[in-house]
Amino acid sequence: MVTVPVVAVGRASLAFVGEMGAMLIFLLLGMRHMCSSTKQLQRVLRQVHVIGAGSFFLIALIGLFTGMVLGLQGYYTLTRYGSVGMLGSAVALTLIRELGPVLTAIMVTGRAGSAMAAEIGVMRISDQIDALEVMDINPYAYLVSPRITACLFVFPLLTAVFNVVGILGGYLTGVQLLGVNQGVYFYSIESSVVFADVAGTFIKSVFFALTVVTVCCYKGFFANLRQDGMGPAAVGNATTSAVVLSCVLLLLVDYVITSVLL
Amino acid sequence: MTITTQVWDIALEGLTAGYGPKVVLENISTVLPGGKISMVLGGSGCGKSTLLRQIIGLSAPMEGKVLLGGNDFFAMKDAEFRRMRRRMGVLFQDGALLGSLTVGENIALPLREHTHLKEAEVQEIVLHKLSLVGLAHTTALYPSQLSGGMRKRAGLARALVTDPPILLCDEPTSGLDPISAAQMDALLLEMRERFPSMTIVCVSHDMESVKAIADHVLVLHEKQVIFQGSLHNLQETTKPYLLQFLARAPMREEEQGASYPLSEATRAHMHRELELQ
Amino acid sequence: MKKYSLELQVGLFVLVGFLCLGYLTIKLGKMELFASHGHTFEADFSSVSGLRPGAGVEICGVSVGKVTSISLLPEENGARITMNLNETVHITDDTIASIKTSGIIGDKYVSLSIGGGSALAAGGRISETEASIDLESLISKYVFGGVK
Repeated sequence: MVTVPVVAVGRASLAFVGEMGAMLIFLLLGMRHMCSSTKQLQRVLRQVHVIGAGSFFLIALIGLFTGMVLGLQGYYTLTRYGSVGMLGSAVALTLIRELGPVLTAIMVTGRAGSAMAAEIGVMRISDQIDALEVMDINPYAYLVSPRITACLFVFPLLTAVFNVVGILGGYLTGVQLLGVNQGVYFYSIESSVVFADVAGTFIKSVFFALTVVTVCCYKGFFANLRQDGMGPAAVGNATTSAVVLSCVLLLLVDYVITSVLL
Repeated sequence: MTITTQVWDIALEGLTAGYGPKVVLENISTVLPGGKISMVLGGSGCGKSTLLRQIIGLSAPMEGKVLLGGNDFFAMKDAEFRRMRRRMGVLFQDGALLGSLTVGENIALPLREHTHLKEAEVQEIVLHKLSLVGLAHTTALYPSQLSGGMRKRAGLARALVTDPPILLCDEPTSGLDPISAAQMDALLLEMRERFPSMTIVCVSHDMESVKAIADHVLVLHEKQVIFQGSLHNLQETTKPYLLQFLARAPMREEEQGASYPLSEATRAHMHRELELQ
Repeated sequence: MKKYSLELQVGLFVLVGFLCLGYLTIKLGKMELFASHGHTFEADFSSVSGLRPGAGVEICGVSVGKVTSISLLPEENGARITMNLNETVHITDDTIASIKTSGIIGDKYVSLSIGGGSALAAGGRISETEASIDLESLISKYVFGGVK
C-alpha cells in the first residue's frame, strides 16, 4: 500500500504530540504540590544536594575547558581581522548567550537526569510508587515536586558557575597563553555584555530546568507502561529515552527562546 | 485489646477488571468477611493481583463495585476515598520499602506524613511495630541490606504502623524459605489475635500457608470464582481443578497444550557439543 | 555528621553559585541594585539612524549615562531621544548633542559638549543637536560630486 508510510508518519506524530501533552499535565501536577507543606523543604534540600552540589565540579570542569577552547578558537579567528581586543567579548557573549545554559543543561541531564529517571523507574517497577499511593502519600508531591523546585533553583546557579568559570578559562588561554592584554580582555567583556544577555541566560536555564526535570521524571514514573520491555529492561530503556528526549527538547526549546529573545 | 470496633467487610459486586483491553476477572461477586483471614488462591496469572489492586484502589474496575463496609469505594469523594485508604495497610510482594530511606524512616513515613506526633512518639511506635515482626535491630539499615524475608516483614510492619482495620498482603510467603514462610504465617496469626476486628486478605498460591492460617478461602480460575467458603469445605471438595490444586498434581495432558518430541539425533548432537559425552 | 556534610555541601554550592550569579548580573549586566538614580534629558534630532536604546552617552569621552528611549516626533519630521545621565553631571542649556560612531563601523553613541550657558534643569530639552553622519551618503556625495 502507498499509504502505509504516511500512516506511520501520522501515528508517530500523534504519539509525539500526545506524549508532549501528557508531560505538560505531569509537570502541572508536580508543580501543584511544590509548596504544599513544610516537609517539602527537606526533600528539596536533598535534591539540591544530589542535582546541584553533586554536579558542581563537573560543571566547573566543563565550563573551564569550554572557555579555554573558546579562547583559543576566538583568538585565531579574531587575529586575522586584527581585532583580538574583542576576544573577551566573543568568549563572554558565546558563553552567556548560548553555551552556558545549553551545556549546563545537557551535562546535568547526563548526570542527574538519568539518575532521576532510573531511580523513579526502579521505584515504579518495585511497587514503591504504588505503596506511596496506598499510604495516601501523593507520589507527585513526594517524588516530582521537590525535584522541580530543586532544578528551578539549581539550573540558574550552575549556569552562572559555568559562565564565570568559562570566562576564566578564556582568560587562561587568551591572556596567559596567547598574550592578549588582561585589561582589554575584561574591558571588552564588561562593555559588550548587557543586562539582557544575562537575563537571557537565566531565562533559558529556567526553561531548560523545567524541560529536563519533566522529561526525566515522566519517563521514570511511567516506566511500567513501556512497550519495549519489562522490569529492569524497561528502566534501562526509560533512562535512555529520558536522556535522548531531554537533549532533543532542550535544543528545540533553546531555538524557540533564542528567536523570541533576540 | 481492640483498636477499632467497626469490622470492615469487603464485598465485590459484579466486578469485571483487567489491564488495558484484557479482561482477567469477569463479573465476580463475593464477600471477604470482616475480622477474619481470607486467602485468595489461584494459579499464576489468574488475576489475583488484579483483584488486590481493585480493593486497594490502584486501578478502577471496568464494571461493578468494590464495597468496603457497605460503601462503594470508587464512588467516594476524594477526601473520603483518601480516608478510606488510610484505613488499609498493604504488604506488597517484595515489601516495596522506599530504597532511599532506612527501615526506621520507612516505617515512620505514614506517621510523619499524616500526623503531628512528636519525634519521640514516632520512634516509640516504630520500634514497637518493628519488634512485632522481630526486626527491632534493623532501624538504621537500608532495605537493600536486608534479606528478602526481612524486607517482607519490614513491609508488614509498615503496613501495620497506623493500626489499619484492613490488612492486605500480596503473596506474603512467596519466595521465602520454609522457615521464613512459617514465621510469616505465625505473624499473621498473631495479628489476628492482637487485632480481632482486623480484616486480613492475603493473595497467595502457597497451599501450606493456606492450610495454616486461612479462615475463608476464595479460589479464582479462568476469570471466575470457582470456590468460596471455609478451609474445611475446601478440603472436602470434589471439583477436579481444586483437587489438583490441593494435591499439587500436574495439569492433565489436554490442558497442557501441544507437545513437541525431541529427536534422538539432535539430543546426541547437543550432548556432543556440550561435551557431555 | 552525614546530615551536616549534606548541608555543608549544599551551602557551599549555593554560596559559590550566588557569587557567580551576582558577578554576572551586577558587574557584567550592570543591573542597578536600587532604582535608577540620575536625571533625564531629551533631545530632538533630524535623524538617529543607527542609534538604539541602551547606547552610551559621553562627555569628553567619559561615559555619563545612556539612551533610554527613542521615538518619532509628532510631526514626523525628526526623532526624539530620552537620556538618563548620572546625578553628578550638570549640563547647560547651550549644550550640543551629537550622534557619533566609535570607529568607522562601530556602535553609535551620543556625545555631549557642554557650553557656557545657564544650567539646564532635569527633564529639559537640549535644543542644539547634530544628527548622525550618514557615511554612505557622504561617500556618494564625494563620488558623484556635490562636495563644496
